[in-house]
Amino acid sequence: MLISLENVTHIYEQEKSVRALSNINLKIDKNEFIGLVGHTGSGKSTLVQLFNGLIKPSRGKVLVNNIDITAKRVSLKNIRQIIGLVFQYPEHQLFEETIYKDIAFGPINLGLSKDDIIERVKEALGLVELDYNSYKDRSPFDLSGGQQRRVAIAGVLAMKPRVLILDEPSAGLDPEGRKNLMKLLRHLHRDYKVTIILISHIMEEIARLATRVIVLDKGEIMLDGSPKEVFAHKEELKKMSLNIPEITKILIKLKERGLDVRTDIFDINQAKKEILTALRGNRNVD
Amino acid sequence: MSFVELNGVEYIYNNADEIALKDINLNINNGEFVAIIGSNGSGKSTLAKLLNVLLMPTKGMVKVAGLNTQLKDNIWDIRQKVGMVFQNPDNQLVATLVEDDVAFGAENLGIASEEIRLRVDESLKMVGMEGFNKFTPHKLSGGQKQRVAIAGVIAMAPDCIVFDEPTAMLDPQGRKEVMDTIRYLNGSKNITVVYITHFMEEIIYADKIIVMHQGEIVKSGKPLEIFKDVEGIKKINLDIPVTVELAYKLREEGIEIPDILTVDELVNALC
Repeated sequence: MLISLENVTHIYEQEKSVRALSNINLKIDKNEFIGLVGHTGSGKSTLVQLFNGLIKPSRGKVLVNNIDITAKRVSLKNIRQIIGLVFQYPEHQLFEETIYKDIAFGPINLGLSKDDIIERVKEALGLVELDYNSYKDRSPFDLSGGQQRRVAIAGVLAMKPRVLILDEPSAGLDPEGRKNLMKLLRHLHRDYKVTIILISHIMEEIARLATRVIVLDKGEIMLDGSPKEVFAHKEELKKMSLNIPEITKILIKLKERGLDVRTDIFDINQAKKEILTALRGNRNVD
Repeated sequence: MSFVELNGVEYIYNNADEIALKDINLNINNGEFVAIIGSNGSGKSTLAKLLNVLLMPTKGMVKVAGLNTQLKDNIWDIRQKVGMVFQNPDNQLVATLVEDDVAFGAENLGIASEEIRLRVDESLKMVGMEGFNKFTPHKLSGGQKQRVAIAGVIAMAPDCIVFDEPTAMLDPQGRKEVMDTIRYLNGSKNITVVYITHFMEEIIYADKIIVMHQGEIVKSGKPLEIFKDVEGIKKINLDIPVTVELAYKLREEGIEIPDILTVDELVNALC
C-alpha cells in the first residue's frame, strides 16, 4: 500500500476543542487519481499535510510505503521526495532570480550531478510546456501569474515524486490555463504512472479526471467511491455545501421531468448523445 | 451621463514593451451589472485598476462620476465612490476583529465614530454577517471573509464596486454566498457592479458582458448575444456556460432550442 492512515485523529493545539480530523482510516494505492473534496475547513489540507509528514497526527498512524512516518527518527526527506505537495498559490513561493535556479533547488538538495540536474529541469519545464532555452535564464517574477504557477509546479515535478498532491491548483487560472493543467495531470497519471491527489472546488475537474472521489466533512470521510457513485449522492452533497457537476444537474432535472436519461454522466458530449437518444426514443413512441 | 466613461484609453506598464490596454472606449451606467471576461493577460485587471485610480491611463481619459482620474484633487473622491474587492480575502483583511476591519476604510475617510458604528452594523447586515462584529476574521470561512471584505467597502458608501475574481478561491457554498450578496447589492441597493471572473455561470445574469482579448475590447453585449457566438468565444480561449454549450451542440443535431442561459430554461425547452 502506498499510503495508509490508521485511526488518525488530528487536533490543532490552539483550538483544543476542534478536531481537524476524526478517526480517519484510508488506503491509497499506486496510480490512483483521487479527487479530494469538501468545503473550506472540512480537513482536506490537514489530511494532505499528514501524507508527507508536514504535520504529525495527534493520534493514529500514517504509513507511506509501509513505513510508519509518525515513528521517531524516520527520514522525512525520503518521504518528501516520494510525495510532492503543490500548495495553494504555489507561485508565492518562487524565490530564485532565474527560473532554472528555482526549479533546480530541489534536485540540488538531493545531491544530484550537474548533468542530472539540467536534465531534470529540462524535463520539468517540458512537462509544463515552457521552452527550456527561452525560459531558463528569465526571472520567474517577470512571468504572468499562470506561467509562474507552471514554474512552481515544475519545481515539484523536478523531484520526480511518485505521488503528487495539489491543493486547488487551478484557482485563479483562466479557462485555457485550467484546461492545460488538467491535461498535464492526466498525462502524469496515465503516462508517468504518478499517483495524483487533487483538491478542488470545481466538481467538473474532479468528475472528469478522478478514478476515486473522497468527500470530507467536519474532519470525517463521508463518501468514498468512483465519481459515478459519489455524485449520485446529490442531496447528501448539498447538505455538506457541495455541488455536483453542472452537466449532471441538467440530466437530473431532465429525468425528474420524465425524460429517460442516465444521470451518471459528466461529459458534455456524452450528455448530448444521451439526451438525443432519449428525445428520439420518445418521438418514436409518439 | 454614464457613471464611468473611458475614452481612447491606452495603458503601458513602466517596464513593458507591450501595450496592456489599447483604445478602450467604454461607458458604464449607474446601477448596471457589467461583467468583464478575458483570458489571463487580456487586460481585465488593468482596466479595473483604472476605475479607482490605482492606475492612471497612459493615453486617453477615464472619468468616474464626471471626475477625471488624472487630476490629483479627484483621487480621494473617486476612491470613495469606487471600491474594490480582490481575489484573496486573506490579503484584504487587516484587523483582528471583524468590526475593526469593516470600519478601516471609513475611518480613513475621516468619518465620525458614531456614524462609523452605524455604518459597520448596516454593512454587516447587508452582506448577511450581522452579529459577527466581535469575531476574528481568520477564523471565518472563505465566503464569510470575502463578505467581510465587501462590508468594508460598503461602509465607505461607494456608488460602484469593482470585483476582481472574488470567488476564485472559494468553495461552492462560499461562491454562492458571495454571488447572492453581490446580486443583492446591485439589485436592491442600486450599487453599480463591475465583475471580473473566469466562471461563466456567474455572469449569465449580468446586464452587459465585455469581452477582452490582448488589451482590447473585442465584444460587448447582453449575455445571450455574447454566448451565442460559441466558436468566437472558444477561439479566444474562453468558456461558455455548460447550459449554453449543450444547447448549441443539440441544435447542431437538429433539435430546436430557443436561446437559453439557465439550467431551468434548457430543461423547459427540452421537455
